[in-house]
Amino acid sequence: MGQPQLNLSPKVSDEVRKTTCYMCACRCGINVHMKDGKVAYIEGNRDHPVNQGVLCAKGSAGIMQHNAPSRLRKPLKRVGERGSGEFEEIEWDEALQIACDWLEPIRAEDPSKLAFFTGRDQSQSFTSFWAQNFGTPNYAAHGGFCSVNMAAAGIYTMGGAFWEFGQPDWDRTKLFMLFGVAEDHDSNPIKMGIGRLKKNGGKIIGVNPIRTGYNAVADEWVGITPGTDGLFILALIHELLKAGKIDLDYLARFTNSPVLVNSDPASPEYGLLMRDKDGKLLVIDRATGKPAAFDKKGVKPSLSATYEKDGVTHVPVMHMLAERYLQPEYAPEAVAERCGVSADRIRAIAAELARVAFEEAFELPIEWTDFRGETHKTMTGRPVSFHSMRGISAHSNGFQTCRSLHLLQILLGSVEVPGGFRFKPPYPKPVSAHPKPHCKVTPGKPLDGPHLGFVQGPEGLCLREDGTPARIDKAFSWENPMSSHGLMHMVISNAYAGDPYKIDTLFMYMANMSWNSSMNTSGTMKMLTDKDENGDYVIPRIIYSDAYSSEMVAYADLVLPDTTYLERHDCISLLDRPICEADAAADAIRWPVVEPDRDVRGFQTVLVQLANKMGLPGFTNEDGSSKYEDYADYITNHQRKPGIGPLAGFRGNGDSHGRGDVNPQQIDRYIENGGFFVSHIPDEASYFKPWNAAYQDWAVDMGLYDSPQPYVFDVYVETMRKFQLAAEGHGDRQPPDHLRQRIKDTLDPLPIWYPPFEEGLVSEEEFPLHALTQRPMAMYHSWGTQNAWLRQIHGRNPLYVPTDIWEKNGFNTGDWAKLSSAHGSITVPVAHMAALNPKTVWTWNAIGKRKGAWALDDDAPEAKEGFLLNHLIHELLPSKGDGMRWANSDPITGQAAWFDLRVQIEKVDAPDEVQPAIPPINSPVGKGPRSLAWKVEK
Amino acid sequence: MTTLPESTDKKLGLVIDLDTCVGCHACVISCKGWNTENYGAPLSDQDPYGADPVGTFLNRVHSFEVQPEDKPAQLIHFPKSCLHCDDAPCVTVCPTGASYKRAEDGIVLVNEDSCIGCGLCAWACPYGAREMDGEEKVMKKCTLCVDRIYNENLPEEDRVPSCVRTCPAGARHFGDLGDPNSAVSVLVEERGGIDLMPEQGTKPVNKYLPPRLKDDIFYQAPEPLAPVVAEAKGFVGWLDKMLDKV
Repeated sequence: MGQPQLNLSPKVSDEVRKTTCYMCACRCGINVHMKDGKVAYIEGNRDHPVNQGVLCAKGSAGIMQHNAPSRLRKPLKRVGERGSGEFEEIEWDEALQIACDWLEPIRAEDPSKLAFFTGRDQSQSFTSFWAQNFGTPNYAAHGGFCSVNMAAAGIYTMGGAFWEFGQPDWDRTKLFMLFGVAEDHDSNPIKMGIGRLKKNGGKIIGVNPIRTGYNAVADEWVGITPGTDGLFILALIHELLKAGKIDLDYLARFTNSPVLVNSDPASPEYGLLMRDKDGKLLVIDRATGKPAAFDKKGVKPSLSATYEKDGVTHVPVMHMLAERYLQPEYAPEAVAERCGVSADRIRAIAAELARVAFEEAFELPIEWTDFRGETHKTMTGRPVSFHSMRGISAHSNGFQTCRSLHLLQILLGSVEVPGGFRFKPPYPKPVSAHPKPHCKVTPGKPLDGPHLGFVQGPEGLCLREDGTPARIDKAFSWENPMSSHGLMHMVISNAYAGDPYKIDTLFMYMANMSWNSSMNTSGTMKMLTDKDENGDYVIPRIIYSDAYSSEMVAYADLVLPDTTYLERHDCISLLDRPICEADAAADAIRWPVVEPDRDVRGFQTVLVQLANKMGLPGFTNEDGSSKYEDYADYITNHQRKPGIGPLAGFRGNGDSHGRGDVNPQQIDRYIENGGFFVSHIPDEASYFKPWNAAYQDWAVDMGLYDSPQPYVFDVYVETMRKFQLAAEGHGDRQPPDHLRQRIKDTLDPLPIWYPPFEEGLVSEEEFPLHALTQRPMAMYHSWGTQNAWLRQIHGRNPLYVPTDIWEKNGFNTGDWAKLSSAHGSITVPVAHMAALNPKTVWTWNAIGKRKGAWALDDDAPEAKEGFLLNHLIHELLPSKGDGMRWANSDPITGQAAWFDLRVQIEKVDAPDEVQPAIPPINSPVGKGPRSLAWKVEK
Repeated sequence: MTTLPESTDKKLGLVIDLDTCVGCHACVISCKGWNTENYGAPLSDQDPYGADPVGTFLNRVHSFEVQPEDKPAQLIHFPKSCLHCDDAPCVTVCPTGASYKRAEDGIVLVNEDSCIGCGLCAWACPYGAREMDGEEKVMKKCTLCVDRIYNENLPEEDRVPSCVRTCPAGARHFGDLGDPNSAVSVLVEERGGIDLMPEQGTKPVNKYLPPRLKDDIFYQAPEPLAPVVAEAKGFVGWLDKMLDKV
């Protein structure tokens, strides 16, 4: 019998439409293959700067997300009790009218009665613009409960951060050290980078209590005890300093290590940096021995010279730094037990970092000129790079830990050098060039400026006249002064408690707050549904927008159904969280590659429609007519400053980039170009960007800055010292007394380590274990479960238990355990895992689902055996008996301290389902089909 | 019973790097997407939103813990699909001739028109690499994307299996393992590529590159860094000695 004749060249599709993925926060370019007007197949876009053709499991499963039975179909008005999930479908006109009837009186009387928080929003420059024009100070996205410590520590220390704002120099790095990471933060680029690094013979050190994913392919795994990363890093710094394996030339030229510090404890300026009359930082010039502005042409800053002025000794930051970290408390022996890493291993890692940074250093033959006018014939490479995100961020000592990591990078001279860590435009950008937070509310008027930003001292805090927090989340207050992304995890709790004040309407987008996106999930559900003595809801009104039947939908009074990512316009903007590469500025769009088959609207377009109905100033022309019809119109025609709009590419007649007039055809030009725009950085500008005159000039041309902004890295953060000074009693703006000691202790201007707060408040004997979650690579938060293909990969999330604990408790396969914290208990299935820190248990994040949500059957494993650790984590710390509500957050940034959780474990008989068993909610979309055989071309 | 070709002109197959595979399942889903829309019956899913979702996949990733005695435990991600064996028992066992190995490139395929869904081939395959589709009741297996690799409607660079095109870590390679000079054969040679379960005598074409030695350098107790000054002199001595260097 002969072989069958095959058609080896079948038609692949009628058309390929190129847009941007939204299956996680990575924002890869995708080719959507269309057949008969339907989505037939999705693959990565080879030309796209982020993913260069590859695509992860989530992205490839986009077709199942786009067609998920959980999609909302029409606006919903609540008819049952809040939380029941009983709704009636209404028309859009009615939905918009209801929203306006609630919002307009608030705006006229007190705009701060609206709390508008967006979750996994990728349009923050737009949503914040809307909130600013509404006039409420209460706006933020989800950064505060995600990774603000990493972002803020990076920007305060080096004017840039990991992921969106920087990346390892993958082609040249030889040693890559990765600390705990959330997988969706730069997902495909890290995988691609690891592949390239390994191909080049480079090594990876993974520091993570759990050995999965990237840590599974790491050459060396450091199974550190959670919350001790900062101590481990400071021990590495101790070893490097002791051996003199630091880049002194780099520190002198490019950091504030040579800047003079007031060292008189009696001075009201103790610890502040010395400046000249123009406010320029002062260093001692080695050539003259005299003070000079740090950026003066030709100045050679000294790391050692001290300076007396008016009887006060000023020492360079370098003295303070060396003195601190040479202390024996940072020696490997002193930290080994606490970190769960042997002293020998810490020393070996330090030796390896030093060997690669200094013995494998190399020169690139690229001439460049620095901001002091000195021309360098070559660029020196130090091929050691680092990456981290959520793992070290989500602790109450996270900001200082993230700062410690950046200090380590800087001491090795490996930031913005070949082989090291590189910024992506619009970064580098000094703190001083970032906006400051604004909170001045005027009824009927816009807020006085952008909500979020970077404070530079007590004068920048968002406080009301009586000194209480101006924002509902208490961001930029004494409780967490440098909370650059807000504190979304505190909004519901504070609104419920009326602390600092009551609100009227809670308006949220893409944030599953009644389930996996809140701490204290059961408590949050109660706060959302609780009524006061008059029978009114304590949080009077809730508007929610989501594309899917998430757990949060049931808690809204009005639901505004969003589109899927293939049905919408979006812009991935340089004004927001860009998709640039170290060698290029880039931005991108989404566009409706298919039209919705349901009565849904893109949320951003709905915001435009609401703004138009209310006549919000930024959306209204002088004659009262509306500026924008929908979001696409805004993307094309909005200008932040003359010539600067949401999209940088194809401006003016289509040939201007960065700056240029509005181009009515701009979106079409993006579509023709594959959905994105990219502009490459010239070679001579490609490294040393904060100090490189060629880069600074390129950035001005691109519209990233209005003038060159060279700066030095802040190994010493003076802003933090200003808050300490206030806590010590200096200055007009004073913290409340109960916060003074904590500010003095934690806002140290040089990185420190202190134990996570929960550790100090619960007994280690009672709660001996740490409990963590991780994100599986094939799922994005709660979204993956509604995806028929992805839930077959990660449909279950047992609690993984390390060998010793497994054996001590006599666990066997199929057993269940009761896991308890100071706050609550859950009963869950367990599984053994050997590649795990011996004091840590963990599970996959957000696999557990509530019955009735996501169009799943009630007996789906996600609903019966899937669980959340969130029930064990409170948004407040255990009571200290002082009557105060202490947030379970970093005291500097307010970052949610998810990973501080301490637990105990106990074997129990298997129940019918996980405990607590939360009752089902009514589904507004019904259930999914019994079988799928998805082929567009029949 | 069905006969195998005496030899094939090429031996097309995959080389999978177990040192680099991070276990992300990108290949699994990309394969599902392409092969649902293309060759033969779609890869169906039963109870896709219910208690026991079970679908057809041509490629799956399994994860195994390895526990060396003197080192930390390791996790190995192991992608598995049809290995397009030279001596494919799934072909010879087929009662209808539906299972066959192509003479020109060695790809093992199922002709769905003649497949009676008896399942003998799946029993014969020692790797568990074939799956009966729950909807169509025909045997499904990796086609090495035979409808991509020669497809003139695709740009040349895309004429590779979808799992290879999508793999973010670059852990999957495609080529002619019958040509000792091909890039994949060179890679197998350099990295000591291995056959899966050679004792089964199936002569698999696909190869696996083993993980490199892990957790090694730091257990060899390398020389610690030498201090700049003896401890007794402390900070002042360190400062003098260090800052002289600038």
